[in-house]
Amino acid sequence: MANPQNAAVANARGKNPDVAAPAGSMTYVAPIAAWLVPGLGHLIQRRYLRGLLLMLAIFVMFFAGLGMQGKVYSFNTGDLLDILGFIGDVGAGAIYFVARAMDWGIGNIHRAVADYGTKYIVVAGLLNVIAAVDAYHIAIGKKP
Amino acid sequence: MTFELSHFNAALLFALCASIVFGITQRVTPRDMLRYGAYCFSLFVGGVIVAAWVMWIIKH
Repeated sequence: MANPQNAAVANARGKNPDVAAPAGSMTYVAPIAAWLVPGLGHLIQRRYLRGLLLMLAIFVMFFAGLGMQGKVYSFNTGDLLDILGFIGDVGAGAIYFVARAMDWGIGNIHRAVADYGTKYIVVAGLLNVIAAVDAYHIAIGKKP
Repeated sequence: MTFELSHFNAALLFALCASIVFGITQRVTPRDMLRYGAYCFSLFVGGVIVAAWVMWIIKH
């Protein structure tokens, strides 16, 4: 069912919210760009303030997690929670791969705050996935 | 670079960042985004305070 707010906006523009706009290159580029660099999917669609705020929130969360000596999960097929941690982390896009390449986020089991940091990094990735979906919705015209 | 945050400060930073993303992505108009972001932030922080008092009551 369509979101009533989206329906109101789309109707105001004279469009049916349940009918997707014709697929353009932006429908592919925006979510991929948004995943790779947090906020970029909004920036390339001229939603500058939203893009900058998303970028700020996700970068702060990711790097605060690293600053708290949180763990960055690598690809693994072991414990289920470790697999889910990797899936969450990889949602952060390029900064995840940079962190892995630079060997950041090795974790520190001796500090309680490091466990908060691990969760910060996972949640930063998950929030970036939400932001990428939002960029896609903008690209298909579902959201202004 | 490492830094130390208290549990409450860590919860505040988490609430702020998550609320910004929720506000922007879950609402359509800027006014609604601001209101929803503030609503999420208050629920996050309120939840932390309520949980803290519940734990204090359990301990005592």
